[in-house]
Amino acid sequence: MIINHPLLGPRDASEFTYLGDASLLMRPNSDDIDAYHDYIHLRDNPDGLHRELWFHEQGDRSWLVITRNTATHEITKVELARKT
Amino acid sequence: MHYSIWSILQQGFRGGRGWVRAWRAPVPQKSYDMIIVGGGGHGLATAYYLASQYGITNIAVLEKGWIGGGNVGRNTTIIRSNYLLPGNEGFYELSLKLWEGLEQDINFNAMVSQRGILNLFHSDNERDAAARRGNSMILHGADAELLDAAALRKLCPFLNFDNARFPLKGALLQKRGGTVRHDAVAWGYARGADRLGVDIIQNCEVTDFIIKNGCCNGVETTKGKILANKVGVAVAGSSGRVMAKAGLRLPIESHVLQAFVSEGLKPILPQVITYGAGHFYISQSDKGGLVFGGDIDGYNSYAQRGNLPVVEHVTEGGMALMPMIGKARLLRMWGGLMDMSMDGSPFIDRTPITGLYFNGGWCYGGFKATPASGWCFAHLLATDEAHAVARAYRLDRFKTGAVIDEKGAGAQANLH
Amino acid sequence: MKKNMRIKGGMIDRKRPLDFTFNGRKYAGFAGDTLASALLANDIHLVGRSFKYHRPRGIFTANSAEPNALITIGTGAHQNPNSLATTAELYNGMVCHSQNHLGSLGFDLLAFNDFLAPFLGAGFYYKTFMWPASFWEKFYEPMIRRAAGLGALSGLDDPSHYDKGHRHTDVLVIGGGVAGLRAGLLAGRAKLKVIIADEDFHFGGQLLTTQGEIDGKSYKEWLQTTLAELASMDNVTLMPRTTIFGTYDHGIYGALERRRDHLPPEAQPQGVRQIMWKIMAKSAILASGASERPIAFSDNDRPGIMLASASLAYAQRFGVATGKRITLMTNNDSGIDSAIALHAKGVNVDAVIDSRGRAESHHRLPKSVRLIPQGQIVGTSGRKRIKSITLQSGARIPTDCLAVAGGWSPNLQLTCHQRGRPIWDANLAAFLPPNQLPQGMLLAGAVRGDMSTQACLNSATQAATTAIKTLGKTPPKSATPTAENRPYTIKPLWSMKGGKNRQFVDLQNDVTAKDIAQAHQEGYSSVEHLKRYTTLGMATDQGRSSNLIGLALLAEASGKTIPETGTTMFRPPYTPVPIGAFAGRHRGRHFRPTRLTPSHRWAAGRGASFVEAGAWLRAEWYPHKHETHWRQSVDREVIATRAAVGVCDVSTLGKIDIQGRDATQFINFVYANAFAKLPVGKVRYGLMLRDDGFVMDDGTTARMSDTHYIMTTTTANAVSVFRHLEFCRQCLRPDLDVQLISTTDQYAQYAIAGPNARRLLTRIIDDSTAITNDAMPFMGCAEISICGGIPARLFRISFSGELAYELAVARNYGDALIRHLMELGKPDGITPYGVEALGVMRIEKGHPAGNELNGQTSAHHLGLGRMLASNKDYIGKAMASRHELTRTDGVRLVGLIPLDRPNSIGDSIGAGAHILPINSGNSAKDDAGWVSSVAYSPMLGSSIALAFVEAGDQRHGEEMRAYDPLRAQDIRVRLTSPHFFDPEGSRLHG
Repeated sequence: MIINHPLLGPRDASEFTYLGDASLLMRPNSDDIDAYHDYIHLRDNPDGLHRELWFHEQGDRSWLVITRNTATHEITKVELARKT
Repeated sequence: MHYSIWSILQQGFRGGRGWVRAWRAPVPQKSYDMIIVGGGGHGLATAYYLASQYGITNIAVLEKGWIGGGNVGRNTTIIRSNYLLPGNEGFYELSLKLWEGLEQDINFNAMVSQRGILNLFHSDNERDAAARRGNSMILHGADAELLDAAALRKLCPFLNFDNARFPLKGALLQKRGGTVRHDAVAWGYARGADRLGVDIIQNCEVTDFIIKNGCCNGVETTKGKILANKVGVAVAGSSGRVMAKAGLRLPIESHVLQAFVSEGLKPILPQVITYGAGHFYISQSDKGGLVFGGDIDGYNSYAQRGNLPVVEHVTEGGMALMPMIGKARLLRMWGGLMDMSMDGSPFIDRTPITGLYFNGGWCYGGFKATPASGWCFAHLLATDEAHAVARAYRLDRFKTGAVIDEKGAGAQANLH
Repeated sequence: MKKNMRIKGGMIDRKRPLDFTFNGRKYAGFAGDTLASALLANDIHLVGRSFKYHRPRGIFTANSAEPNALITIGTGAHQNPNSLATTAELYNGMVCHSQNHLGSLGFDLLAFNDFLAPFLGAGFYYKTFMWPASFWEKFYEPMIRRAAGLGALSGLDDPSHYDKGHRHTDVLVIGGGVAGLRAGLLAGRAKLKVIIADEDFHFGGQLLTTQGEIDGKSYKEWLQTTLAELASMDNVTLMPRTTIFGTYDHGIYGALERRRDHLPPEAQPQGVRQIMWKIMAKSAILASGASERPIAFSDNDRPGIMLASASLAYAQRFGVATGKRITLMTNNDSGIDSAIALHAKGVNVDAVIDSRGRAESHHRLPKSVRLIPQGQIVGTSGRKRIKSITLQSGARIPTDCLAVAGGWSPNLQLTCHQRGRPIWDANLAAFLPPNQLPQGMLLAGAVRGDMSTQACLNSATQAATTAIKTLGKTPPKSATPTAENRPYTIKPLWSMKGGKNRQFVDLQNDVTAKDIAQAHQEGYSSVEHLKRYTTLGMATDQGRSSNLIGLALLAEASGKTIPETGTTMFRPPYTPVPIGAFAGRHRGRHFRPTRLTPSHRWAAGRGASFVEAGAWLRAEWYPHKHETHWRQSVDREVIATRAAVGVCDVSTLGKIDIQGRDATQFINFVYANAFAKLPVGKVRYGLMLRDDGFVMDDGTTARMSDTHYIMTTTTANAVSVFRHLEFCRQCLRPDLDVQLISTTDQYAQYAIAGPNARRLLTRIIDDSTAITNDAMPFMGCAEISICGGIPARLFRISFSGELAYELAVARNYGDALIRHLMELGKPDGITPYGVEALGVMRIEKGHPAGNELNGQTSAHHLGLGRMLASNKDYIGKAMASRHELTRTDGVRLVGLIPLDRPNSIGDSIGAGAHILPINSGNSAKDDAGWVSSVAYSPMLGSSIALAFVEAGDQRHGEEMRAYDPLRAQDIRVRLTSPHFFDPEGSRLHG
């Protein structure tokens, strides 16, 4: 796959490390275990558009939020995580 | 029709005209005692054991495509019970024992081949972890042997001992581990269940669950509404999209795992070998193909196909470990859908919806689990009690912290 | 007696004869021959045996779809099994052997299987070999395995070199036939960057094997002109011998370039045998052509039976007649054209059997060729070479080569690698590519069903024009050339009924028409079930010539149409690719890069023994000459360090520089213990949790200024911790003003430990007042300078439990510093120690390391529960409070002292042993924990261990067992505090 990095342009996906669903950006504000349980463990796991986190480990170390279709691997949007 | 050398001879002389369907193609009834969603290895095994162990035969197995078309139809065929944690080891040892008697039980030769599986280790720390695991296996009644480098070399002289990036310090050997002809498992269970009266319905996709007042009474399908007292879901990589129809979010992500087979070659690799430092495992099929695999691609996917970086990663591991395979040609590579759970271990449990039961989260270890998964899911469906060896496979284990994290990788699905 | 089947013409170089051997006999061919054409020139058709029944088989195609002619080429470590004779370029001295026979190729003992065929039908093995159960492993399976496979690997390390590379292009043209060359030419003229790849060693495709004219020039002339123009363009790269084997996401194509397979193996060690390219293409024009397929009939597998296109290719391209008396069987116009072309080459085409009635094309047949319309074959004779054909009329036609033309199937594999499903075209009687093509892919030529040269040129022009416009260039003005434009008609015929014997559909795997019918009869009616149950299409050719016939027969049996029956999934690779090529240079010691520590060269010079620690090589101990066992070295290093001073390279620990106004807040957020009030000039132990509350890593963090911290991580987690911190910074707390950078590679860092550590340091530090106990107490840190002005950092931290420092300098000084320390430290009794002694000392002190921080343990498990802060938010806080992570009867880290003398493993408790009660049984329910780390403590004179035991913190003093059945050891141990040595920590503060 090729990821169109917002700062660096198209880069091979093998330069990146994958984390998972971009809902991980929404860390709960409280110490509520149920809220954390849902945040850490439960997933929508969609068959289609998926916002997800990738780290440009062998690059500029940006965390990116990528909108990608899990059925076709088509990437429609790439953003810097810190700007979302 | 009972399969045996006599049936082969008889049909041979009759030109094969008497062979009958291995399973029927029934029209679905309006209702059943139980419905199993998913005609893969686990679903078919569940139906078979419900019928054979609990006498529950008014069952339908609903399959959206052709039976055995999921991971039981494409995997690297390995069976083993070399797990570390108590929540897992008892379960996988039950599975191995069931494999050992499977063919006579279902009257179908799935070519269970206990040729031994070697888990290589490369450092003192890895040896310590292997020893902890091997001792745990023995405590659970499984077999395990710890080989040092010399013993490993005697067994597998073709491994790269002398020019290795990561030294081969030895291996954990489970002699009872091995391989099975994967498709035959699905067919054998299907035929066995069918002979006991189970309806196996192909090309029948579940489009919705019928849920009233928190209670599941059946399913809507592409072949119409089918009612049941209990519905068990065993759909592996499709767990997320199927359970979403019941409004449930799961601690599961769907990922793609690639696997590979070479052209047929004369026998050269007697055992199953797994190479931790290179994320590479390999065996040779009875037909001669080198069957091998490695890590998942690592990103959420339902595409059932992968990309080149993992192909390279896996083959590099292969060439690092056994440079004799360089001229073997890779014939086919394929991608399967893995239901990766948040701790790398599965679920066999009730759901918050009465009458709806879930079996999934097998990551890429589902094939070896097939018999025990069916056995324990049947037990749960029939008795509403978790089977003794599957008690740890609860959906709520993350709330209590009773995780079964063999790798210690934490709540990140793609690391398991 | 050797026969010469050469005829005039062809693209072989008759001035360059080549010798080769086949099964030990010497033969001759010419440069430009494939192994197959050279064998046929010597009138050799029988070249192999089939997989299951060991039937004699001959050369069937002239391309990469070959099911039969699999040969082992080369010997020794260069032995290359399952090579296709039809694509292997002949070289001088080629040594070849046929495969899969017991005895000789001509007399194969395993051909006995053929007599048992009635009993060996589809799936027979699933139905038998089950009784008695114990016979499977001992008897049946070994027997089946012996028969497995075709060719054999040598079992020796592959001596060939492989490489990998990336290429970027505007347009990738896949296939260098008429369509591909035309498209590539236009794209090239439009100044686009173009790659044209073809699996063959000559460009031209069908132009090489047929006759005709383009713009009034012969195919050969047109090819020469076109290739010359392409070669003259700097923006065009021609890649012959290159197979595009897979379509991947976002316009990435996998390609295998065979660079030296056409040279003798002696030439191979000097260069790269094959290169695996990843080609990133903005646009791809697929011009992969089509493959001819046969028709099934009774006894259709005899040597001498081949595709009509193959027979023509051998005549036209290689100057070889595949028989003296050829019969051609067809159901379409292309077969008629082949007969005409063969005749034109002077090959004797005796008869043409057309299963159709009269066709327009029949008028073009030469008069000397006997035409048998509405003919069908019901049998053949000839064991090792076809001798005659029997028609349904009963007529027998003597022949020595039967050329079969069953129609053409587009080579659409690459259009379906992303799970596309092909579309049935009834006119062509073939599947065409799906409407939804992979991103950026266009089609040209026969792959889209263009069956005339003119149609191919037209669609190539169109595809190129689209690509050029899409990429923002102007298409060059050029009239599409004119060429042959005859119509193509076919009347589908998949199998000819009426014969008595087997009709082979999959020639390599011996799948017959009857197998397919039987599979359907048994319910294996899904096309995927059929494939798996019968093995149809699973051979090395992936069923390129057989799949469609199999499908048609299944459709016939099930009363469905072919499109209703569907196809199996197309998956890479298009043709098999050697594993070595995928791995490239990443093999053996070069599998992964090796990281060397700053002191590596010095340590190597001292004869250190090294150990792999992740990607690093670290010194594990420094043996003295008289020491014969590693334990002697390690014990000495421990004792010397604790008695005087030791030095150890700890540069591999992860080092992260953290700066910013909010650095304190950030660190306090990522560590579980309190960090808000760490004074400048102080270091603190930090415990880092994952967000699920389990321990992720530990280390120390030093505060260098108000806004500047230096964090260390464990060696193993350096990368993942840094990634995690960046996640916390960018994703969770983008509001904080903080920046991170990894400086692991920028610093050389040495632990200097032992009672004499400070004395040694005063010898190099520029201002020795900076390290008095008052100026720098335990857990102090400072920026200092050493050796006359070299900047350095000093941390008074201790993993060994001694008075200890870690001294960091710029990495380039690392080698000089270790040498300098060793020289200056002589009066202090300096001893270098390796990671093994480091490990012993940390176990003596009860510090957790990798075996304890294994991702499965919580702070409470490690006995660090009290460190968890309650008055701040930090990563992992909520989940760390879960029951299973905190329960008081959960496992706790303890120390173990053996009460029995361990017997089997070097005086030690076995790491990995389980902890069981003294008088319990030996089963899982008795399991109370496990041993995580072991060492021999020279200070205590005993084996010691760290272990996790249920409620272990409440059981100090208790006796239990370290049960280690793997190593036949079961010894009594006493549970203790994990702090074995100097538990008060008095040495730290000295």
